[in-house]
Amino acid sequence: MEVDIAGDLMTLNMGPQHPSTHGVLRLELKTDGEVVHEAIPHIGYLHRCFEKHAENVDYPGVIPFTDRMDYVASMNNNLGYALTVEKLMGIQVNNRVRCIRIIMAELNRIASHLLAAGTYGIDMGSYTPFLHCFRDREKILDLFEETCGARLLYNYNWVGGLMYDIPTGFEDKVVDFLDYFEPQVDNLNRLLSYNYIFIKRTANVGIVPPDVAVSYGMTGPNLRGSGVKWDVRKDEPYLGYEEFDFDVPVGLGDHGPVGSCFDRYIVRIKEVKESCKIVRQAVKKLTPGDVHESLPKRVKPPAGEVYMRTECPRGELGYYIVSDGSLKPYRVKVKSPCFTAMSAFTEISRGAMISDIVAIVGSIDIVLGEIDR
Amino acid sequence: MKPEEIAALLKEKFGAGIPESKLDGHLPFSAVEPGSIVEVCRFLHDDPRLMMDHLELLGGVDWKDRIEVVYIVYSMTHRHRYSLKCRLPRQEPKIHTVESIWRVANWHEREAYDMFGIVFEGHSDLRRILCPDDWVGYPLRKDYKYPTQYRDMPV
Repeated sequence: MEVDIAGDLMTLNMGPQHPSTHGVLRLELKTDGEVVHEAIPHIGYLHRCFEKHAENVDYPGVIPFTDRMDYVASMNNNLGYALTVEKLMGIQVNNRVRCIRIIMAELNRIASHLLAAGTYGIDMGSYTPFLHCFRDREKILDLFEETCGARLLYNYNWVGGLMYDIPTGFEDKVVDFLDYFEPQVDNLNRLLSYNYIFIKRTANVGIVPPDVAVSYGMTGPNLRGSGVKWDVRKDEPYLGYEEFDFDVPVGLGDHGPVGSCFDRYIVRIKEVKESCKIVRQAVKKLTPGDVHESLPKRVKPPAGEVYMRTECPRGELGYYIVSDGSLKPYRVKVKSPCFTAMSAFTEISRGAMISDIVAIVGSIDIVLGEIDR
Repeated sequence: MKPEEIAALLKEKFGAGIPESKLDGHLPFSAVEPGSIVEVCRFLHDDPRLMMDHLELLGGVDWKDRIEVVYIVYSMTHRHRYSLKCRLPRQEPKIHTVESIWRVANWHEREAYDMFGIVFEGHSDLRRILCPDDWVGYPLRKDYKYPTQYRDMPV
């Protein structure tokens, strides 16, 4: 006698208010016991139609809106927008602006990766590393606060320059911070990264082969975690990144197949160290200058269109701007790295256990403010 | 490959499918007949000289007399970028999906549908993605009227 033991699938809604979804994300899980047959992400709970806002304000007015997309890496978001408009207008900035921008972008990358690593620790059931990460992240936010007055939404990179010059003695404080911080990364590795339980929870979960990662347009640490050595800072340099000496860490599959959650996580930790290297070099390259030197009186780009991408902590953030020659952008389209990474979620999570869903969501390090815009 | 070479290659292969190419400016592009978009994209993706494996951006632009779909593609092997544009009528804009070529197009097309009302034929799951399912109108169209109410609630 044959018995059909396949039962019905149960639909389980994870989110929109769930601590491990890192914001307001709803995952519709079709489960068979503990096994997830299909996970369908529902996004849009934080949709503010940034692109419509951008059409209704002038060019500099868009910058505060870009802050609010990826709100844990606002410096990088400002930077991408400012560079795109500068490319459209043909503005060249001086060395001081360039170096300060790089320092800020890399410090913000460290802060963002610390948040990612800390909260990922919580997702995996370890609370202490989170406190350590946030303690160090606070120090970076203090540095930002000293520079531009804000701790989260900076509005610092302007089209053609910066809001303020850095305060006196800022360079020394940055170097002091790096001297203090670099050993902390090793502590974090001892505490979390190479913890036996953590590796067991992440190293065989959520495997993304390189071809799938490319086809889904995954970028940044998610792509590099799959073993693809690709970094816009190296491969299509902007802002003079080609003059800096740093490595591009990729997932090596130390504890399981390449492209696992662990690989994506460890790439971020290694990137933090590379960012420290870049900041040290940028501090050395700082020369005196006026950060308002090339600020245009009126931002009125010629008619045309431009696309530019920069390497944000979460991947490549691209801005496509269409100008009709007026004071307001005709169209601003953002290519969000989290949006494309999230589109691969159904594929990555097929056949995973419910607890692994938490591991996968945390490892692709999404910020819903940027997915929904 | 330089944009001129890519444009020449496309023109040679597709002829009337590529009405014009504009190569000055920051973003060199070829206009593509909506009917041949899938073949052109397939060619860009598969041809060993081009190998455009990365769809960087897919989005709409409302030009008041037409709606344009912009595809920006990039090759991670050869490190060149090119873009395609399809002009669609504002009334019932329709174009075939390129989901089968780059899988990320699935969500990008859903977003373009949500924001501009562009219907991607053959799409596996064409639903609104950012706005609620019962949203009326397409927000990024230039003639979009801001709603005063949502489900009997004033906004």
